[in-house]
Amino acid sequence: MKPQRVIIYLILGIFFGIALSKGEAISWFRIQEMFRFESFHMYGFIGSAVVVGAICVQVIKRLHVKDFDGKDIILADKQKSIWRYLLGGILFGLGWALVGGCTAPLFILMGYGEYSMVIVFVFALFGTFTYGLTKHRLPH
Amino acid sequence: MINTLTNFHSTTYFKMEKLIAPWPWFITGPIVGATMALLLLYGKNLGLSSNFRIICSACGAGKKNSFFNFDWKKESWNLIFAVGCIIGGFISHNYLGGDHLAGISEATSQHLSELGINSDNHYVLPTELFNADAIFSLKGILMLSFGGFLIGYGSRYAGGCTSGHAISGLSNLQLPSLIAVIGYFIGGLIMTWLIIPYIL
Repeated sequence: MKPQRVIIYLILGIFFGIALSKGEAISWFRIQEMFRFESFHMYGFIGSAVVVGAICVQVIKRLHVKDFDGKDIILADKQKSIWRYLLGGILFGLGWALVGGCTAPLFILMGYGEYSMVIVFVFALFGTFTYGLTKHRLPH
Repeated sequence: MINTLTNFHSTTYFKMEKLIAPWPWFITGPIVGATMALLLLYGKNLGLSSNFRIICSACGAGKKNSFFNFDWKKESWNLIFAVGCIIGGFISHNYLGGDHLAGISEATSQHLSELGINSDNHYVLPTELFNADAIFSLKGILMLSFGGFLIGYGSRYAGGCTSGHAISGLSNLQLPSLIAVIGYFIGGLIMTWLIIPYIL
């Protein structure tokens, strides 16, 4: 990877981290509030992100926009299935509400100096590893 | 001249104050969508949970299990992005007022108070659950480790987390991503309504 690209991915990560943090998506309280349907905040946040994202994706697809290396932008369709998404999603959702943060907030909160997130992170690695070991037994 | 200078200073101060104040969702949400689109222009798909698999592979899990046997170095951009997230959190925490959020609705605040969570909801986490004492209590350790395990297991089983499915996938109008997001909500609602009130 070119050194410029390292800087670019780093800066995009910083942008993303700041947006999620200032967007309050990393707040344990906001997640509780969202799952209790007591504020529009998180729905507005995720919804507006998806609307802007979907417009960008449509522009990229219709105008056949190439990436900065001149290659086609590949937006692969996700594998067709129900079980893996539903069951995996439910397990993830249980964890999300229990910890009060999903994957990106976990990293961002480490930047806040919240060391509790290191425990969550280590066990998330262990969870992913366990998934690899049990993958063949699960409905996909 | 002096007048212009003071004016200049007061405007910069004003802007800084705006930056430190809470940002509305209709600013932060679109930044997230735009970041995903920019990543696409660099040939990458936004999805943070892939990093768990990448790190497992980098630690040698590929020798034990073929699921982790792939060229993780090709995906190392994602690790850099995650490091960026950590730095973004640090910047927000120290310089952008990321510790002084807008606060939550009265209804949620009251409900949490009934569960014994009274700490200031303008910060990102309740101190009752995440300070050193809580982390190293049996309940704290169990909550964090079990939650982390579910996040790591569930995200890989579902093939993505909130960023990969809710942002990237829904933006690309993927039905599987919608199913995953519905799953996140079923899980989240069960935890929030049926489990958390009894374990806090």
